[in-house]
Amino acid sequence: MNVDVLVVGAGPAGLSAAAELRRLGVGSVLVAEREAVAGGIPRHSFHTGYGLRDLHRVMTGPAYARALASAAVAAGAEVRLGTTVTCCAPGASGGFGVTMTSARGTETVDAEVVLLATGCRERPRPARLVPGDRPAGVMTTGELQQRVYLGDERLPGRALVVGAEHVSFSAAVTLAHAGARVVALVTEYERQQSYAAFRVGAALRWRVPVWTSTAVRRVDGRERLAGVEVADLLGGSTRFVPCDTLVFTADWIPDHELARHAGLDLDPGTRGPAVDTLLRTSAAGVFAAGNLVHAAETADIAALSGRHAARQIAAALAGPGAAAGPKRRLPVLTEPPLRWISPNAVAMTADGPAPPPLGRFVLRSAEFRQVARLEVRQDGQVLGRSGPVRLIPGRPVHLGAGWLARVDPAGGPVHVEP
Amino acid sequence: MTDPGASVADVVIVGAGVVGTAIARTLARYRLDCVLADAACDVGTGTSKANTAILHTGFDAKPGTLESRLLSQGSALLREYAAATGIPVEYTGALLVAWTEEQFAALPGLEENARRNGYLAVRRIGASELYAREPALGPGALGALEIPDEAIICPWTTPLAFATEAVGAGVRLLLGTCVTGVCLVDGCYELMTTRGVVRGRWVVNAAGLGSDVIDRMFGGDGFTIRPRRGELIVFDKLARPLLRSILLPVPTARSKGVLVAPTVYGNVLLGPTAEDVPDRSDTATTAAGLESLMAAGRRILPGLADEEVTATYAGLRAATEHADYQIRVDGTRRYACAAGIRSTGLSASLGIAEHVVGLLGEAGLPLRPVASAVPLPRMPYIGDAGRRPYQDAELIARDAAYGEIVCHCERVTRGEVRDALASPVPPADLGGLRRRTRAMNGRCQGFFCAATVSRLFSASGLP
Repeated sequence: MNVDVLVVGAGPAGLSAAAELRRLGVGSVLVAEREAVAGGIPRHSFHTGYGLRDLHRVMTGPAYARALASAAVAAGAEVRLGTTVTCCAPGASGGFGVTMTSARGTETVDAEVVLLATGCRERPRPARLVPGDRPAGVMTTGELQQRVYLGDERLPGRALVVGAEHVSFSAAVTLAHAGARVVALVTEYERQQSYAAFRVGAALRWRVPVWTSTAVRRVDGRERLAGVEVADLLGGSTRFVPCDTLVFTADWIPDHELARHAGLDLDPGTRGPAVDTLLRTSAAGVFAAGNLVHAAETADIAALSGRHAARQIAAALAGPGAAAGPKRRLPVLTEPPLRWISPNAVAMTADGPAPPPLGRFVLRSAEFRQVARLEVRQDGQVLGRSGPVRLIPGRPVHLGAGWLARVDPAGGPVHVEP
Repeated sequence: MTDPGASVADVVIVGAGVVGTAIARTLARYRLDCVLADAACDVGTGTSKANTAILHTGFDAKPGTLESRLLSQGSALLREYAAATGIPVEYTGALLVAWTEEQFAALPGLEENARRNGYLAVRRIGASELYAREPALGPGALGALEIPDEAIICPWTTPLAFATEAVGAGVRLLLGTCVTGVCLVDGCYELMTTRGVVRGRWVVNAAGLGSDVIDRMFGGDGFTIRPRRGELIVFDKLARPLLRSILLPVPTARSKGVLVAPTVYGNVLLGPTAEDVPDRSDTATTAAGLESLMAAGRRILPGLADEEVTATYAGLRAATEHADYQIRVDGTRRYACAAGIRSTGLSASLGIAEHVVGLLGEAGLPLRPVASAVPLPRMPYIGDAGRRPYQDAELIARDAAYGEIVCHCERVTRGEVRDALASPVPPADLGGLRRRTRAMNGRCQGFFCAATVSRLFSASGLP
């Protein structure tokens, strides 16, 4: 089978890209989705707030997932569910050979362009090296939401949430919905990282305290979870907190398996494939979008990232061999406490430096910094300065792209520092 | 089995780990009524499930010991058995890497030791050949001893294959059956268990970490189990290209060292620590243990530092105060004991079983071969080197369930989960399902699939 574009992943980025590709006149667009239902993470995220920036209306996660899937299909994309891409390698005729498994069997699809939109996941407990026993009752938010909202499971008893980001409060709400009493949210940071409105709402409605400067030191319980030992990072004392459910939230990592098997360069900061402002990866004909390249932004931002990729792909397919054309790019690097920036390179085109999705770069910080100005430099020259920004771990920081006009195409890497 | 004590078995084997199940499948070739009992709800849940998963040659055993002999025999038998039953094995070979002058100086002695164990294929290699073979190895290695026949094996499929064969041949498997006492009534043993009385003429003690407790019930006092905990870290499959062989440490007077090995599931294993613990069920990992392993891993294979950790675990070796295996058969009391099998039990299991059954025969257990032996079971393949169901177009064409991947990280299909739930030795919990299929064992640890897989398990109606 041959297609113009194969999209891997039918989450917000992949579905939005597929719809946009068809709207822009791309002939055949196939979306491969390994789950039985399209929509990605929003499928099992029942709080509202989805769709704000891309669909300009607000809805719950499942409604948003359905809306994006319907739009992609209505636009003429083929969305194949229960279909896992197991391998992605350069094909004989210049495009890509993508191997897939589904109930229909195994199949290889030749695609002119591949768009990776495989999303991200939360680091589970073992990856965080939290020691102790390995009882049942320890999970990530992704598992929690699927158990509660898709599986109607009840989780009676006491629950503790690790993390104090936006998603952590969402996990607390899900736990409360499932009948759990949320004892606290614990974070090693000196303060929580969520949005005030959401936090106050959750605190008032569910009475959830946030224990800051607190670390989970040990998990206890042989068969079922009995509780955890938490340490006060300021005072140094430890204490035992009995609980029946422990949810590890946030600490996102891109699902980059296919990207790595395809031999794409990874960005050391995002751990996703390195992408330029056109969302091109290091391999000709392979693009990447959504939370694979910035784990994790909200679903609407991922969707708009997908649309951005779609426009570049459509342009590349329209031009003579543009998808495989020469790539000139300038790396964009961050200095601590900034952890990463996405996209992480400026694409140099005939029309000059190409702008990033939404006309801005997104960054993450490893530390709180109350007010900072981000400075963009190239070869010692200051290209631009942002206005004051608050750096909060786990929260996006945005950097406008006005400085792109001053980039020297023949110069060295661009550095972004606070 | 609603009434385990309904009849008197010829042999009751206590302990369904890799040794107990191996003895059970070996006894099942004779006309005997056997019971295989274990306190846990599944086979192979103690030392058998949490170890380094290496199929040793026995090159480093102490020459002349029972362990050396049974390891050498058992390892050869298990290689044949694995090939016949589909237990995942990969012949990666091992390199015993010397990092210090002291370790380098120890290599000739280890080479000589291997020869005295009858293992002749060992070879010393220099630093340049070592780095040519393992380019990701950390700097500073001086040389290595090559043991080309060391292999990696699936520690979960192995006891499961033995148990499946035994059950197929008529052995009664009693799980969740903890032996609490014994008495002799009319020349027959009555084992008090948490599931009632189990009667048998002969008793084989293969109770691993509980073997000294069982042994004392039969009047023995020759050994005491001193559990030695080993913590291990499993790295993401994306780390697998970092090494080809098992990288073994050179044991010195000060430390046994830490190994790095591929796993048959396509991951990289780092460990174990060695710590004596008082509690026979304390398989918790510790902050100090994990930290020391990560530090060792960074030295041996620096590329590991950039990879994600998929799992951490700890197992308990059933060590005793004795260096060698504690295997004895008392014909007068019709009691056999196979204990003190610290960390070589998986590799030696079939050798131990042959040895124990031989001794039982000499001690008076009538060993009359069955008229027609039950064919060996064919186990579901859960390794990564061979073809898995999701890759098999013909299989999917026959049964579409093998094309429905439910665990994405490990690419486990609904067909495989269904088969495991309907197998002769089915899982009793999600842990058992993990060990039979790899479902939920991958890098996401259930973020994507645990809810779905749990529902498939619940819907099966198993306990």
